[in-house]
Amino acid sequence: MTPWTADPRLFGVPDEDDDALLYRRMRFIRRFEEKLLALFEEGILNGTTHCSIGQEADAVAVMKHLREGDHVFSNHRCHGHYLARTGDALGLYAEIMGKEAGVCQGIGGSQHICAPGFKSNGIQGGIVPTAAGIAWAQKLSKSDDLSVVFIGDGTLGEGVVYETLNIASLWSLPLWIVLEDNGWSQSTPLATNFAGDMAARFTAFGLDVTELESTDVLEIESLVGADAAKVRATKKPHVTILHTYRLCNHSKSSDARPEDQVEARWKTEPLAIHGPRLDDGTRAAIDEDIEVALDEVIATARALS
Amino acid sequence: MIYTRALNEALHRALGEDERVVVLGEDIADPYGGAFKVSRGLTTAFPDRVKTTPVSEGAIAGIAAGLALGGYRPIAEVMFGDFLTLCFDQLLNHITKYHAMYAGQASCPVMFRAPMGGHRGYGPTHSQSIEKHFFGIPHLRVVAASLYHTPHDVLADFLAKDDPVLFVEHKLLYPQHVTPPEGGRIGDFLASTDHGDDVLPSVCLSLVPREDCALTVVAYGYEALLAARVVERLGIEEELFCELVVPAQIAPIDFGPIDRSVAVTKRLLTVEEGTAGWSWGAEIATEIQRRFFGRLLAPVEVLASKPTVIPGAQRLEKDMLVGADHIERKIREALS
Repeated sequence: MTPWTADPRLFGVPDEDDDALLYRRMRFIRRFEEKLLALFEEGILNGTTHCSIGQEADAVAVMKHLREGDHVFSNHRCHGHYLARTGDALGLYAEIMGKEAGVCQGIGGSQHICAPGFKSNGIQGGIVPTAAGIAWAQKLSKSDDLSVVFIGDGTLGEGVVYETLNIASLWSLPLWIVLEDNGWSQSTPLATNFAGDMAARFTAFGLDVTELESTDVLEIESLVGADAAKVRATKKPHVTILHTYRLCNHSKSSDARPEDQVEARWKTEPLAIHGPRLDDGTRAAIDEDIEVALDEVIATARALS
Repeated sequence: MIYTRALNEALHRALGEDERVVVLGEDIADPYGGAFKVSRGLTTAFPDRVKTTPVSEGAIAGIAAGLALGGYRPIAEVMFGDFLTLCFDQLLNHITKYHAMYAGQASCPVMFRAPMGGHRGYGPTHSQSIEKHFFGIPHLRVVAASLYHTPHDVLADFLAKDDPVLFVEHKLLYPQHVTPPEGGRIGDFLASTDHGDDVLPSVCLSLVPREDCALTVVAYGYEALLAARVVERLGIEEELFCELVVPAQIAPIDFGPIDRSVAVTKRLLTVEEGTAGWSWGAEIATEIQRRFFGRLLAPVEVLASKPTVIPGAQRLEKDMLVGADHIERKIREALS
């Protein structure tokens, strides 16, 4: 039993092999967000939302190696992390639709989500010391749990991140920073925002860093599995840098990135890489499961008051 | 017992009695024990739960937030209250948001201890009383140290509730003796406590019964001490009688004790050390004038410091910050 309730059609049917499970979860997140954007187009949602289309492999791979007691702190782009952690499609759709049955009763909306073992906030940088504080709480409680925080390349512009790196290293906190570098900070390319060497920003504080340029969920899973095990064993901070790509716009409106660049990256997106590892029948069955299950969830969410 | 020692003992007691309490801040390790010595002995007695930190106020605030989300009760010492600007993102966009924006699924009970205030010639960035920038943040309680409330009661109140607290400690109170009401008196004053539901009490001081007072003065922190001296002297020497109301929790304001005094005196003066404009007194004045429209004998008077930087030179600082002479002048004006 976990504290979360997930539909097996979205989150994994019994006895499913790893390849199929990873595909199912990535496909679930992808279709959840595509349908979410369609709901915006339909005009039934308000505000804005930040999707993670193209980055699903990171979320699915990391969460696969977490335990119930671990804590995840995510950012504005949190749907994939939340869904990969909990499988709770209805709670998130209802939340973004502003329904009382939403995971935060409609108060938090797209960026401010809370569930057992999971929180997100829409302010860049500030979530990093908070995650470090949770790690210290875990250490004081002498548990084997981890505190994971997801940041992006854009977050590296925030000063409090570096204050926290220093303290996490000094105090040896079980903090695992997963940096998803998607190359773009809203509409600004990395090269315009970022000087120097990304890994060196962490090694300068004495932190261990692993780094991977990949959207292949198997490669990512192999790396983060080892990283999670290491943080758990050593109870020391670690940084995993995952160079990825965001296929959707930063938020709802266009962020004016070069079309040919985005087009080229669709060829190496996580489902395009991992999907062919499944036989056609299995893949089609999973796709069908997800379409049916998500449409049911959306119909349920729409009918909520 | 002087305030520094009483607060230090209260921290020792809180750490000893409640395993959720964690203390962090700059330069708090022994033998130094913090810039104002309030944390002396804590790192020695509780090495796991008391940590001296690098000069990183943003991270101190954020780490305290994470501890609180993780079930602990962090008390963060901010060396000078002026440095709270560096904690502001955490206070406004993280700590005070969690409980409400997560629909009650999390709470973030952090206490920030912040030495504030001037009159010591520390100049523009180490003398301020910047608490007004924190008044009005939804879900934040601001509590002011006072000689008429024990620091133990303030910490116990924080530990008994689930919300974040900014504890403003005027530096000039540190060497003063804590004198809570005893047997209905503090020195020559009649002293009573009055409060609404589940709020730290306000202490009401007067030389004569409320019915014989012509003005209510409301003040907190060091200004409350200055106001008490003026009220005492004017009462004894000139039979100009005022009632002084001293709250501990200054935001949100517990209006009950002020109401009950003003209902009798029909005049109100507010006193604060922060700069004038958008201030504590302005908020009180708005509400009291609404509640007592047509019944006051004079407009509510708001006394605050001049809206400029705090000069380093003490002769200039004396003119700029609200002092006893300013309070006396205002009381005389109000009673003339």
